[in-house]
Amino acid sequence: MSLTSEDGARVAAEPASGPWRAALRKLVQNRTAMAAALVLVLVVLACIAAPLYAKYVAHTDPFGSNLDGQITIGGKSVPVMQPSPTGLGMTPIGPTWRAQYFLGADNQGRDVAARMLYGGRNSLLIATGSTLICLALAGLVGVVAGFSGGIVDTVLARALDVLWAFPVYMLAISLSVVLISHGLKLGPFTLQADSLLIPVIIIGVVYVPYVARPIRGQVISLARSDFVLASRCLGVARRRILLRDIVPNVTTTLIVFAPLMMALNMLTEAALSFLSIGVQPPAASWGTIILDGEGLLYTRPMVALAPGIAIMITVVMLNFLGDGVREAFDPRAKLRVKSDR
Amino acid sequence: MILVMVRRLGEMVFVLVSISVLVFLIFFATPGADPAARLAGRGATPATLAAVRHSFGLDKPLPVQYVLMMKHLFVTQDLTSFVNPGEKVVPAVLQAVPVTLSLVFGAAIIWVIAALVVGVLAAWARDTVLDRLLMLFSLIGVSMPVFWLAEVANLITQARYHDTWLFSWVPALGYVPLSVSVVGWFKSLVIPWTVLAVTYIGLYGRVLRSNLVEAMNEDYIRTARAKGLSERQIILRHALRMSLITLVSMFGLDFGLLAGGGALLIEVVSGLPGVGELTYQALQNLDLPFIMAAVLYGAVFIVVANTVVDMLYAVIDPRAR
Repeated sequence: MSLTSEDGARVAAEPASGPWRAALRKLVQNRTAMAAALVLVLVVLACIAAPLYAKYVAHTDPFGSNLDGQITIGGKSVPVMQPSPTGLGMTPIGPTWRAQYFLGADNQGRDVAARMLYGGRNSLLIATGSTLICLALAGLVGVVAGFSGGIVDTVLARALDVLWAFPVYMLAISLSVVLISHGLKLGPFTLQADSLLIPVIIIGVVYVPYVARPIRGQVISLARSDFVLASRCLGVARRRILLRDIVPNVTTTLIVFAPLMMALNMLTEAALSFLSIGVQPPAASWGTIILDGEGLLYTRPMVALAPGIAIMITVVMLNFLGDGVREAFDPRAKLRVKSDR
Repeated sequence: MILVMVRRLGEMVFVLVSISVLVFLIFFATPGADPAARLAGRGATPATLAAVRHSFGLDKPLPVQYVLMMKHLFVTQDLTSFVNPGEKVVPAVLQAVPVTLSLVFGAAIIWVIAALVVGVLAAWARDTVLDRLLMLFSLIGVSMPVFWLAEVANLITQARYHDTWLFSWVPALGYVPLSVSVVGWFKSLVIPWTVLAVTYIGLYGRVLRSNLVEAMNEDYIRTARAKGLSERQIILRHALRMSLITLVSMFGLDFGLLAGGGALLIEVVSGLPGVGELTYQALQNLDLPFIMAAVLYGAVFIVVANTVVDMLYAVIDPRAR
């Protein structure tokens, strides 16, 4: 622990501006947040190492089925797919707690532990990508609406209201099912039906109102604040007010939102993948592995349990980190992300 | 007062029309493929495609298609599925509504009561071990995928511990209508209710605690203290009242979201044939007309429910007018 905080403190000492430095220092001193960050780093590193694990530890191809495979346990050769105790069909091997099939196999004889690491990559990538898209779009819409006012603001605010009233999951389902059935072609821009970008974009877009509405409110109140009024009286250009007074404040808000939105996005990705309209096979994510495990729930529960636990740990840690970031950057806790599932 | 109501109703109509246009555009005008091929599902025959084109007027301009679609959905209610030929979509959705409402109502009762207990206890014991534990459990509750929790519940109550005294009363997955057997209805729903409530207990418990703690610093609480009221009276009579305002509006929104299709995942895992289950089946077959109908009916329900809550709010709280 102490290592991370010292390390972080050195990083924190570099930026020159005052409030940022204070906030970073406060964050680094928050032990819960730093512990959560450490766990998240470990999760990311483990997922990055997925090909190494599959190649050198598990000696398996996590994307090809292995129905006739044999592995050696305690000197004996054991089939990966075993006759089911009920006599109907085959049951994959359970957790061996060894290098090969550590968490057992799924119903295609694939190594669940290796798939978990590969799936974690997709889950993390989608959660991160959609968070970036969401924050960028929401920041843009919120600032443009709040700062320009007039008709632009009215139209954008109305559009946000409509999207806000639209149930998130229903919107995500509608978009996913349409895009996944035939992909997207928009001029020179083509998206294949099984592209990872589809869930990234959809999850990013559906939560835009959640962030854009508070940003717009913040920009409006900033634009009316005394220090902006003072700048305007001094004849400072609008552009400069926008860049020097508005944008830094909004950036702080976006930073506060980032970990919390990432937690929400990760849960949404899992849900969409579980409904088979997120990550498309043979690619995996933690959500699709839970789906793979659904049919094996009573015989090989580990297939469904493990990815759920991985999601839970990651989301809890993101929330801890998010609480720490909020306390550091937004001490009066003006913002609250409302999760809904 | 009446003016406020009329304005809210006007807003509601605007939002409903906008949402229906949005849904229509998503399903009919997303670039990339022939909408007929999308609507007809995978591997449709040329005859089916022709039938789809005719039924939705796909050779006519978009506004005409929109009007036709709305007529099929809400006026004649004869929208049919092309994946399961002849199945009328709207009656199927309406038939599934009681199941979903049963699920969401029961869960709502559980989560409201439990969240009140969690929030008040944590605020009362703030910064103690009890508070920390309650908040940790709440955070974990919010962080679990609900469909996964439902699977875990199935594993425990249907398989692993089903033969013990604890869960031997749990019936096999499925739904018993209230009109058939009240006890059976209750038994079939207890586990799904609890699972669905967990997330919201965590969410509402956390919000209530932070509202209460915030309220405890307000002037009127200091006044109450100065009057010599006990801590219990201060929390329950004074702080809780103000803190509940946020929760009431959250509740309206969440209840609407769940009843309007948000409970989809848990219906699927718990084997409850509600609107969400139907939507899931349609998703598996890429039966787009069905999904469109479920989404629109869900959205209508949510928007209407929100408007009702908003209006009640204006009646209760004069500041909201």
